[in-house]
Amino acid sequence: MDQTLALSIKNISLSFAKTTIFDGLSVDLIAQQWTCLLGQSGCGKSTLLRLIAGLQQADSGTIEYSEQLKSSINNIAYMAQDDCLMPWLSVLDNVMLGARLRGEKNTNASSKALALLEVVGLSQHHASMPATLSGGQRQRVALARTLFEDCPIVLMDEPFSKLDAISRYKLQNLSAKALQGRTVVLVTHDPQEALRLAHTVLVLSNKSPNISQFASFNSAIPRELDQPTITAHQQKLWEYLQ
Amino acid sequence: MIRSIITTLGILLAWHVVILVLAPPRFIFPGPWDVMVAFVDNFSLLIENLAITSVEIVVGLFIGCVLGMLSALLLISFDGARRWLLPVLVVSQAIPVFALAPLLTLWFGYGIAPKIIMASLIIFFPVSAACHDGLRYAPTSRLDLARTMGASNWAILRHIRLPSALPAIASGVRVAAAVAPIGAVVGEWVGSSKGLGYIMLHANARMQTDLMFAALFLLCLASVALYFSVNRLLDNLLSWQADTTRHNQFQYSQQGTPRQ
Repeated sequence: MDQTLALSIKNISLSFAKTTIFDGLSVDLIAQQWTCLLGQSGCGKSTLLRLIAGLQQADSGTIEYSEQLKSSINNIAYMAQDDCLMPWLSVLDNVMLGARLRGEKNTNASSKALALLEVVGLSQHHASMPATLSGGQRQRVALARTLFEDCPIVLMDEPFSKLDAISRYKLQNLSAKALQGRTVVLVTHDPQEALRLAHTVLVLSNKSPNISQFASFNSAIPRELDQPTITAHQQKLWEYLQ
Repeated sequence: MIRSIITTLGILLAWHVVILVLAPPRFIFPGPWDVMVAFVDNFSLLIENLAITSVEIVVGLFIGCVLGMLSALLLISFDGARRWLLPVLVVSQAIPVFALAPLLTLWFGYGIAPKIIMASLIIFFPVSAACHDGLRYAPTSRLDLARTMGASNWAILRHIRLPSALPAIASGVRVAAAVAPIGAVVGEWVGSSKGLGYIMLHANARMQTDLMFAALFLLCLASVALYFSVNRLLDNLLSWQADTTRHNQFQYSQQGTPRQ
């Protein structure tokens, strides 16, 4: 497998009841880059993320991880549309959820979590309960929790979709900065978001071959909205998606 | 508080008016004043028997809740247990618990044991069902997140499923707190030598209706106190749970800083 690839999905097929979701889907994910998955509702974007995360098994086909990663275990962090904060835990404990679940008794865990809350600008809320936070603040805690896992691959399933435009813009910038150097797969419904953050834009559809590459970009992310990459591709992407 | 006092005074007034208008014999329907006199005259007797009934209720509530939760944990943890135990639990609910009371007295005597068992039996199923449902329907997104974090099944049960089920378990425990006194008193009615149920049964047989009303009043008071104590305790334990019936629970200042 090419060293620059984080993982390679080969010939995946998956059906639910009698509905075929993927029929021989193959795609390579480039290491340390952002790949954005776009597509209409029900085309299997979230299912593909679940397959990569090991939460679901395909009927056939393989997912090959790079030499360094070997498998999905301890290498993948998952950030869903729902911030998934545990309402009974404080913000700090939510960030450290992974350590708690794995039974890790690491004394540095809380200082690491506090440092990450500082990164997402919520250190003053470390003792607050999730119910007292706004939607944007909650997603920032979820981002800190994802960073706490310190995994080379980060899967994001529409994490910004429930936010207002300003919060979304800020969180896109923050995520691009905080997740630098990691392989990120972002599922989104928003073409503009994909153009701001993606190094590779992939479009999923229900028809074979299920996936196609719209474009790839070398410029640094996050891109500003008036950058030529965005303005030049926005209309084409909209048309491509229809 | 003021509303409760006004309602209580209203009921007492209506009761007094009924007595004045219909003038029934005291042994058929005593007035509020008669009940109060019986209450004061028999205060130590009533309190002594209330203590026994309270022990039956509280111990029954505790045992029933613990057994209900343990059975739910068993059902959720082992497929085999679910296949074998769930039908037995459902069928067991078809047996009227009240019909078991004489049997329990026969087997365990006139002491507090059969009453505790009655109270436990009557609350076992609501707690078990509520706990089982809560554990089953933990949000998939939370479970998925835990799995990607490398959590074991035990860690998921302890740190995700169980806390997620707490609101449902709390509903079961609230129901249990409301019905536990019924189990204990039914047990006392069938066969006992102590307790408020016993006092009521004897007072009724001796036409001491005012004493029966006084015992009933005390039992109601104890049941209400138990329910509200359990309710308050659960509310404190689950303070993280958002109560959507309370509007503007959290107000945000203009800077977006949350204020509780």
